[in-house]
Order: sequence, then C-alpha cells, then structure tokens
Amino acid sequence: MDFSLGDLNAPHSMGTTIIGVTYNGGVVLGADSRTSTGMYVANRASDKITQLTDNVYLCRSGSAADSQIVSDYVRHFLHQHTIQLGQPSTVKVAANLVRLLSYNNKNMLQTGLIVGGWDKYEGGKIFGVPLGGTILDLPFTIGGSGSTYLYGFFDQEWKEGMTQDEAEKLVVKAVSLAIARDGASGGVVRTVTINEDGVVRKFYPGDTLPLWHEELEPKDSLLDILAASSPEPMVS
Amino acid sequence: MSNNGGGESSVRITIDGFSFKSVEMNVADSAVAMNNLLGSEGDSQRTLYPYVTGTSVVGIKYKDGILLAADMGGSYGSTLRYKTVERLKPVGKHSIIGASGEISDFQEIMRYLDELILVDNMWDDGNSFGPKEVHNYLTRVMYNRRNKFNPLWNSLVLGGVKNGQKYLGTVSMIGVHYEDNHVATGFGNHLARPILRDEWHENLSFEEGVKLLEKCMRVLLYRDRSAVNKLQIAKITEEGVTISPPYSLKTFWNFAAFENPTAGAVGSW
Repeated sequence: MDFSLGDLNAPHSMGTTIIGVTYNGGVVLGADSRTSTGMYVANRASDKITQLTDNVYLCRSGSAADSQIVSDYVRHFLHQHTIQLGQPSTVKVAANLVRLLSYNNKNMLQTGLIVGGWDKYEGGKIFGVPLGGTILDLPFTIGGSGSTYLYGFFDQEWKEGMTQDEAEKLVVKAVSLAIARDGASGGVVRTVTINEDGVVRKFYPGDTLPLWHEELEPKDSLLDILAASSPEPMVS
Repeated sequence: MSNNGGGESSVRITIDGFSFKSVEMNVADSAVAMNNLLGSEGDSQRTLYPYVTGTSVVGIKYKDGILLAADMGGSYGSTLRYKTVERLKPVGKHSIIGASGEISDFQEIMRYLDELILVDNMWDDGNSFGPKEVHNYLTRVMYNRRNKFNPLWNSLVLGGVKNGQKYLGTVSMIGVHYEDNHVATGFGNHLARPILRDEWHENLSFEEGVKLLEKCMRVLLYRDRSAVNKLQIAKITEEGVTISPPYSLKTFWNFAAFENPTAGAVGSW
C-alpha cells in the first residue's frame, strides 16, 4: 500500500464519492455504494445517503462507523427538535447539529459529510461539513476519495439554476466518472432528490451507467462475441 | 467507507493523564512511530492538526483607519478545495478580524466573539468594546487553549478604530500577540511585510493603501501555493466597517526570461 504513514498533516483520503448540488427548486444528493475494509469490498451496495428527517438527508464518507454514529445522534436530536418546534426542521439546523458533533469530537472522528434538504424558508440547501467540523453553505459540494477526480469536472460543468433533470444527470455522470477512476468507489449510483414536493430516491445499477475511456460494453461471455463475428469457432 | 488508510484497525483506549512527551517530539522524526498514538484519538488533551485552512492575512494602518486583505481560499491539504470562504469579519462596531489557519476553529472564535459583543451590548451602558479589548480577549482565549495543549489553530489579525485611535494587532495560535503599523500571518510575514517595511508610511490614502495591499496579495498569489485568486479587502474607519465584494487580481507573466528559460542551457529549469 502506498499510504504515507509519516504525513500526519495530510487529510486522510476517504473511500467513497459523495455529491450534493442545488438546483432551481431543490437539491440532488448522490453517492456511490462501495464500502471497503482495506482492499476487500465489504458491501457493494451500501446506502450512503441517510435520512435525518423527512426533508433533510446526509451523505456520509470516511469512517463508516463514525458517519453512522453521527447520523444516528443527529437524527435523534432532530426528531426531538421537530417535536418541540411543531414543524419540519430547517436544513440549517440539521447542518449545525452535524457541525457540533463533528467539531467537538474532531480528535476522534474521521468523517466528511454533506447535508442536503429543502425547507420552506430557504428552499433547497446544501451544507458541506468536512473533516474538522467546518460548516460551509455552498451551491454544490463534493466529498470522499472519489471527489479528487471531480474538481475539474465540476469547475467545467457546474452552472447555477439548473433544472431537476439537468442536476440529476450531472450528479449521476459525476459519480460514475469518479467510480471509473477511484478504487475506493464503485457499485451503483444512488441519488436522492429533495424539493417541496418531497423526496425521490433513484437507483442506477452499474450496467446503466455510461462507459468511459477504455471501458468496454459488458457481455455475457466471449462465446457470444465469437458467435457474432463468425460462425466458425476459434482456429489457430 | 470503513477506514482503510494505512491498515489502522486498533481500538483506542484512553487513559487519564497526558503523554507530554509525544507532543514535544518533532513530528517529522517520530511520525511513523507516533502515527498510531496521534491518529484518530480519544485523548482530547493532544495537540491537533488543521484540516481546512486559510492562508495569509495582511493588514495596514492608513490615514482614516485600518485595511485588511485576505483571499477566499479554504485549502484541504494541498487541494484548493473551497474558494468562497470569507476570512474577514466585522466584530462589533469598532473592529474587524481576519483569520488564517483552521476554518472550523475560526468559526468557533466568531461564535465566542459574537457572544462577547452581545453581552457587551446587553450592559447597555453606552460603552462598547474597541479593538484593544477584543484583541486582549482573543489573546487570552488563544493562550489559555495553548496551555491546555488544545489550541485553536489560527493566526488572527485584529484591527479597528475607536475614538479616533487606530489599532492593529495580531495573535497567534500559541498566544504570541503584538501590535504594529502593518501585520500579516503565515506567508504574509515573509512576502508581504518586507514590501510594507519599504513602502508603508503614515497617512496613506485609501487608494494608496488598497494599491499597497494588492501589491502584497499579488506577490502572495505568485509565490504561495495555497493562495487563490479571489480576495476581499476590508476597511474600518470611525464611521464603520466595509468589506469589499470578492474580486480577482491581474497577474503578469510577460517577462522575456519567462518565455524560454532553458534556451541557453537545455535541460535546466
């Protein structure tokens, strides 16, 4: 393995690709589905987009355990908050709860999170909460180890005020590009779209994703290829 | 998503009492040995390390008050990850703060300062904290955290005007604090302050001050790897605080020597 144990100050790369983008009317959250322990893929169909409330979801990256426990605590506090408030929590409150846990336990936690949702006051909102517990209100953000391959892509392709369809297509394309190059990302692309009408989950299995450089059309077997090109078997 | 960096899988058992020794050791020497101890830790008494960081802040006194400049970058290691981070903020009526270092700690400092100013207002006694008081408060906060081996990983610039008196000071993450006619954090100390030592003078006009700061910021843009070309300049005078909208600087690359530097010595750089 080529991890440099000596460089304490370099941020840890986190196995995953997660994305949150705002569009005209809501947000789209996206993620891959690979959970790895070392070189082994422990779960090839994980769900990294976790519900916090009816209208706020969380993309998790980094340590699976840390991100799960943070999301469990935040879901618990938000549930209480919703009861006391008497109406759905705002995205900002959810994001700040995530921030509080991340910041106050920064020595122990290793998880980068993206909070996304819709509320009636501010509409669709995305908040990034990277390692350390900084909170940033952003029109879009990317996270996880796969995100390193997407900075250039988003610099070029992002635009303000997309339609829902454009935003979903952008997210799916981006996650699939990251999966192509990041060993720690893979599996399926999951998206969650949140707007005033509610929440819609979509699932894009690997075979529905576009093919990138040096990727070939998947086939059932070599035999089909041979049968297609000539009726004769291989000869030497 | 399970932690896969470097094969760490140990369970951390926290012990009361602190390992003074590990903090003292030179990180570069002991990095491999110490990684397991200083890695994802349960002992909050250890010194941490920053994740999302801002680079230099530069500040000068000028005729009517103080000018501060900082870019809007939030770096994540060597990646220039965030480019809309506001690192200059007003504090009360009479001061502005600029921060470099860990952004989450700066956000926490702003929460402390907002509470400080709120309580000050609640006294409703006609008095309000000026830059000297805010600077002193910050110094105490930073130094006391340093003493507990749990610093706020920031270098701060604090400037302001109150009752006609201009004030410009700085505090580091270990509590080192001083005031001067021009201050800077990080790379700014090495690149900007020499320029300011030569070209700063008493009674700079606003235009001269801005041009001087821009000269400094341009050099930082050329020579600081973590600089981004989007900055803000903040002005504070007796009248109040103004923070400019984000803007970018032009850069100059048209030197003959830049065009073909290895022409005379092929293979050199």
